[in-house]
Amino acid sequence: MLRFITSRLLQSAIVLLVMSFIIYGLIGLMPGDPIDIMVNSNPGYTAQDVARLRAQYGLDQPLLTRYWNWLQAAAVLDFGYSRTYSQPVLMVLVPALVQTGKLVGLSFIVFTALSLTLGVIAALTKGSVLDRLINLLAFAGISVPVFFLALMLIYLFAVRLGWLPASGMFTIGGYGSLGDSAKYYVLPVLTLTAAFVGRFTRFTRASMVEVLRMDYIRTARAKGAGKLRVVFKHALRNALIPVVTVLALSFGALLGGALITETMFAQRGMGKLIFDAIMGNDFNLALMGLLFATTATLVSNLVADIAYAWLDPRISLS
Amino acid sequence: MTDQTTLTLPVATAALADKPQSVWQLRWRRLSRNRVAMLGGVVLVLLALFAACAPLYEQLMGVNVNDTNLLNRFAPPSAQHILGTDEAGRDVLARLMYGGRISLLVGLFGAVSAAMVGTLIGLIAGYYRGRTESVLMRITDGVISLPILPLLIVFAAIDLQKLGFSEEFVRSSAANFYRIVFIIALVEWTTVARLVRASTLSLMTREFVLAARTQGASARHILSVHILPNTTSPIIVALSLAVGQIILLESTLSFLGLGIQPPTPSWGNMLNNAQELISRAPELAFYPGFLIFITVIAVNFLGDGLQDAFDPRAEAN
Repeated sequence: MLRFITSRLLQSAIVLLVMSFIIYGLIGLMPGDPIDIMVNSNPGYTAQDVARLRAQYGLDQPLLTRYWNWLQAAAVLDFGYSRTYSQPVLMVLVPALVQTGKLVGLSFIVFTALSLTLGVIAALTKGSVLDRLINLLAFAGISVPVFFLALMLIYLFAVRLGWLPASGMFTIGGYGSLGDSAKYYVLPVLTLTAAFVGRFTRFTRASMVEVLRMDYIRTARAKGAGKLRVVFKHALRNALIPVVTVLALSFGALLGGALITETMFAQRGMGKLIFDAIMGNDFNLALMGLLFATTATLVSNLVADIAYAWLDPRISLS
Repeated sequence: MTDQTTLTLPVATAALADKPQSVWQLRWRRLSRNRVAMLGGVVLVLLALFAACAPLYEQLMGVNVNDTNLLNRFAPPSAQHILGTDEAGRDVLARLMYGGRISLLVGLFGAVSAAMVGTLIGLIAGYYRGRTESVLMRITDGVISLPILPLLIVFAAIDLQKLGFSEEFVRSSAANFYRIVFIIALVEWTTVARLVRASTLSLMTREFVLAARTQGASARHILSVHILPNTTSPIIVALSLAVGQIILLESTLSFLGLGIQPPTPSWGNMLNNAQELISRAPELAFYPGFLIFITVIAVNFLGDGLQDAFDPRAEAN
């Protein structure tokens, strides 16, 4: 087990290193250039100033040298300054990470509970009207664009009914009150939940249907185990194994969903930060934001692998 | 001839009259019995017609998709503008029709290019095995596990001029279209690659492939004549399921302002300003969003039906 984890950690580190180089290269290809932006904001610069600034920031060096310099600084946790926030990148990223953690974590709990319940019900009533209804809803959830769903929720609950705020994180003056900030979480969590519940409901249903066909379920029934016991003790436990893996592997997609949700509801999380940084030529922030997102995804993949082995004794990791 | 045989005869002739059917005929029969999938197919054909009729509609109504009229903004539905006008006074229905072309074409081109990349990688990995396979599959796993949307935003934001393309090309709407297709192909090939690799691996152990190998057939010959034609079913199924994802990705990127650039309409970029205008003109947000939803759900229903129809377990009985 330990050997497996060590080797996977090493692999993840290599992937992260490769990704850091790719992202570094891509960021360099974005429109604008840090020096041009400085020159635009201060027309007094002469050509000599520009050349001096380029040399000072190392921008006259080839890509590999620049990357190497960045990597050396990053190794001692010096990730540079954010251009738009005028703060060290980490100071901007950490609160955003917490914010996204709350949104994603809450939604994760809601949609996992919901899709397990719906999926099991659908599997147990296979072929019934209820099953078809759940299936239709799941298809609708998979097929709706997240941003459109958010728009419609904003229209219904904020514009028409006026029950909930359309965007933001707290009422001005009402900061700190739990009830107040909870109001601002309802629509984003609802959006993110709706975007993912369909996928996992279908997955849970498929996995459960598969397991219910197994011989050991028939054996359990034949031996007189109660219906509930068969469903929860024998079937669900085994049906959950692939579901848990897919849940953990969906982390990257979840971050994408969070990006749209945060942008739509003006919440200052990782997703919105990355998007704004890319659009606003904040190179250091965009780079680190993307790397943070990649790291988080890699870690969740590792968790998926370990969970898989832990849940299914038939799989040996050594 | 006894009574018994005459009794069973009608059954036997009925079985004989049932002409031998090819795998494709059987699949088609299974698919055509799936009402939901057929409904999805019909809706897609209607949507394609809707999009194809865009120039005809323009001519008939005497409107132009990009004609702005600041004196006639947010006009309600009228005889000339059937669905009214948008925030720049443009005909909403004409824009929806042209937007449909973009969504459907990006879905189609994106899926086909993703399938080509995926098939090539899957074939190579499955045929050559060993190091090549493990490197290719590691890359596939890596791409699957990445936070796709944030990375796609970077790809969509990069300045093609810095890669040496001319300014004229970069600004053209064709470049805009192919760039989206390229970006999508970059991430959507993984499922096809995995499926093709898996079926290549199993085909490689079959007698007809072994026979071809012992006769000294080249890798190219074996892959194109013996392997590829037998991997079409997983490719078709993966493709049909990818189209919905691709249409959603395009609309998301366009919505964020990074996909298809205005004035070319796409269902995604028609929603660009929707959030600010939601209280004033909610229908402007509703139409394109609803069309994306209908298209994707139709594709998904059809894809799901194809998956069932192509399922080898269903083929067995």
